[in-house]
Amino acid sequence: MEKFVQVENVQMVFNTRSGRFVALQDVNLNIRQGEFVSIIGHSGCGKSTLLNLVAGLTEATSGVLLLGGREIAGPGPDRAVVFQNHSLLPWLTCFGNVYLAVERVFGRDEGRATLRKRTEDALALVGLSHAMHKYPHEISGGMKQRVGIARALAMQPKVLLLDEPLGALDALTRANLQEELMRLVAGAGTTTIMVTHDVDEAVLLSDRIVMMTNGPAATIGKILDVKLPRPRRRLDLTDDPAYNRCRSEVLKFLYERQHKDAA
Amino acid sequence: MSVVQMAKIKTPPPAPVTDAGAVAAVRAPVSAVPPARDTVRKFLQWILPPVLGMAVFVAIWAMVAAVSDLPGPVKTFDTAVQVFSDPFYDKGPNDQGIGWNVLMSLSRVGIGFGMAALVGIPLGFLIGYFGFLNRAMAPIISVLRPVSPLAWLPIGLYIFKQAQPAAIWVIFISSLWPMVLNTAAGVTQIPQDYRNVGRVLNLSPWKLFSRILFPSVVPYVLTGVRLSVGVAWLVIVAAEMLTGGVGIGFWVWDQWNNLSVQHIIIAIFVVGVVGLLLEQAILLMARRFHY
Repeated sequence: MEKFVQVENVQMVFNTRSGRFVALQDVNLNIRQGEFVSIIGHSGCGKSTLLNLVAGLTEATSGVLLLGGREIAGPGPDRAVVFQNHSLLPWLTCFGNVYLAVERVFGRDEGRATLRKRTEDALALVGLSHAMHKYPHEISGGMKQRVGIARALAMQPKVLLLDEPLGALDALTRANLQEELMRLVAGAGTTTIMVTHDVDEAVLLSDRIVMMTNGPAATIGKILDVKLPRPRRRLDLTDDPAYNRCRSEVLKFLYERQHKDAA
Repeated sequence: MSVVQMAKIKTPPPAPVTDAGAVAAVRAPVSAVPPARDTVRKFLQWILPPVLGMAVFVAIWAMVAAVSDLPGPVKTFDTAVQVFSDPFYDKGPNDQGIGWNVLMSLSRVGIGFGMAALVGIPLGFLIGYFGFLNRAMAPIISVLRPVSPLAWLPIGLYIFKQAQPAAIWVIFISSLWPMVLNTAAGVTQIPQDYRNVGRVLNLSPWKLFSRILFPSVVPYVLTGVRLSVGVAWLVIVAAEMLTGGVGIGFWVWDQWNNLSVQHIIIAIFVVGVVGLLLEQAILLMARRFHY
């Protein structure tokens, strides 16, 4: 499907104490089914706002958002979100956190045994079978984020929404999880939108990179096609001219055209 | 063997002779404190201040007693031994052991507090969840909360015509507010992240409540419970002084009428210790819900 996710003439205005703040203006974007799209830009450019609009967590001031031809009205489990700060419920184990989502999506049609199996499979997929019955405070940041990803993928969403999913992790954990995320998303074939501020991450994972201009009234400045064959491997790409060309194009956009003065 | 001797035995054997090794060997007895000595020191650091504090307190008490009519520590202790040797005697409605008195007070607190919890916690949830109700209740709560609980006693006596339910009524009113307010505060402070999880999953109202809202509010509820029990225990003594019957508060009043000041001092200690135990029990419970 060419236009699986459609964002049309979206404007987002926040009413703040100091008056109207136009966060997004004239945003138009179409995403194919199965595509991996990254949204990149300086902090405060409204990239998370755009993601929240697709998630249905906030409502656009004007314009339309469609998923599979149907208007997005409010959040729902067909658009799973992985939040930056993992958002696991601390009173549930890893298993419990994933099970809550699985039960919500499949609970109507499937028995408890099947639901448990789904949950266990999802955790096994991110390599966390051994930590299944641990509580979030007992595991590392990287593991928490894996549980978050497992929870989202277990829901078999139409669109996977990643809001700087690896932003809070150290560089090595981050690199590992990027590869893992690539493998998981490719395996499931899920349409994915990821907000990031990491250029390498965007180039490595994406089919297209959406570059946002600086706010207020941020919009899409440029869209880059990343024509690198899959499966991609980080080490192979470090010397790849096509990879470096993509990288420098994003960097140029961010640091020349959208230069942001140090505050 | 002294602590210092133990330390010497555990000194590590000399290191190979290098410059660094020599320095390490010299330093070892100072920096590497053996575990046994460490434990003793930690224990002393832990036990010494409270013991010292108690000793100073008793000393001041004894000095004040020496220059006034107040019974001193020794006299009070002797009476306490008598009182506690038979805590559960029963010589009619006006002469029962201190154990019965404490238990009666505790049962009043339990009933009044229990009813307050049944009303206050759900009410707090509703107030925290529905902004309209919050604003509707705000003036009522703001006006009623600062009222001394004992001011409600005449109302209770008027409605129930009896001392016992009136005392429970006072406990109910006084322990209601902390639970309502803390539960409501807890609901308004549920992290947006958790709410978003609920929204993305589009959970049913019951699941939303049982899996997200309630667990995240439990720590606040328990804070409210702790404050409520504390207030209830404070108030019961005063309420019983006014209503009479069996109970630690009336016991104090009775001893005052007998001019038996030692007994009053004992009662003060008993009330303090029971209050402390109640609070610690709830803190222990709250620790289980500290995520």
